[in-house]
Amino acid sequence: MSILSRKSRLVLKDPLINNNPISSQILGICSALAVTVKMDTAVVMTLAVVFVLSMSNTIISALRKWIPGRVRIIVMLTVIASLVILTDQVLRAFMYDISKQLSVFVGLIITNCIVMGRAEAFAMQNSPGRAFLDGLGNALGYGMILIAVSFFRELFGSGSVFGLQIIPQVMYDVGYSNIGLFVLSPGAFIILGLIIWAQRAVTKFEEI
Amino acid sequence: MRSNLYVLTFMSGITVILGFLLSFAATSLKERQDFNVEIDMKKNILKSLNIPEDASRVLTSNEIGPLFDEKVITLFINKDGAVTEDGTMPLYVKSTNGVSKGYSIPISGKGLWSTIYGYLAIEPDGKTVKGLTFYKHGETPGLGGEIEKEWFTSNFIGKQIVSSSGELVGIKVIKGHVDPEDPEAYHKVDGISGATMTLKGLNKFLIADLESYDPFFKNLRAVGE
Repeated sequence: MSILSRKSRLVLKDPLINNNPISSQILGICSALAVTVKMDTAVVMTLAVVFVLSMSNTIISALRKWIPGRVRIIVMLTVIASLVILTDQVLRAFMYDISKQLSVFVGLIITNCIVMGRAEAFAMQNSPGRAFLDGLGNALGYGMILIAVSFFRELFGSGSVFGLQIIPQVMYDVGYSNIGLFVLSPGAFIILGLIIWAQRAVTKFEEI
Repeated sequence: MRSNLYVLTFMSGITVILGFLLSFAATSLKERQDFNVEIDMKKNILKSLNIPEDASRVLTSNEIGPLFDEKVITLFINKDGAVTEDGTMPLYVKSTNGVSKGYSIPISGKGLWSTIYGYLAIEPDGKTVKGLTFYKHGETPGLGGEIEKEWFTSNFIGKQIVSSSGELVGIKVIKGHVDPEDPEAYHKVDGISGATMTLKGLNKFLIADLESYDPFFKNLRAVGE
């Protein structure tokens, strides 16, 4: 016996690897480039998206029988935007330094295609419990890639992980230097490309 | 297909509920957010004035307020450099037992992508840099963004903003390393590779801000001579 039925487990697990929103659907790339210079911003961004995506999915799913079809996109946007602004306000009140670094990118979760996509494709057709799991799974799948990309970018770009110096001074003394390219967006593209390649090599996923 | 009346009612309902929720959150968190902004400002003024003197000590947000009130006096000066009630230019003075130990001024200007904000502190002699901090900018992390790092800002400490003939020259960030043999080395600091445009902007607004505060610092220098 487990807490979740087999089908619910699949809803949660599928977006982590096989149907990962970033690496197989190639959604949410903009923020994946913008917030992955340092690991701490990537982690906070992940938490923000976990909150917004699971809550928006749940709320929209709970309202799905009453949402008029003609204005459903507007309703979704209103709900998502409210959740995002709420997150931004809370970050500003309790995690000021991180929110300063994330600047506009928390606000831009509103336009993250993953959030809107899951509301339209999943929450409108499924029960709130399952929609919550779907939101959680997709947000974690998104966050997983974000954290992986930021790990490599911070390690190669700044020589540190979570702000702690990892590459010893000795290496710099003998001529090693940080790779500036990884600090800039092209570095994120390269790492993202490699991750997508590795993932597709394993899952044998192919675009049709 | 639902009637127009239903759609309108539904949308109004949603808007009112969510609008109420958001305004409630915004007003109830406002005090804390303003507090954060103020603490951040004070933290940076303290840092530019080299308080606490042990730079490795990290201040908690509860310490910053009282420490600021204890060590720093906020004054306003006008464009002639006189301290007045109706002055528009803030001046933060580090003061111990009534003796001034340094003056911090706000600096800001365009970098490459964004407006950079910071504080520059000058010693009581009116010509030596005491400290420099940047607290808000949108420059490229790792390149222009390095301006906020200790290794860059610490190079400013001890530099002179006036030439030996008493003329205001400001601080110049140059490309590459400063040659210690250079007779101009007293007002030059090492640049950051990959951040030429950011530093160009920085050079420009540093001298502009120093010029507007110069009437005040000129008086300080006159007293010292």
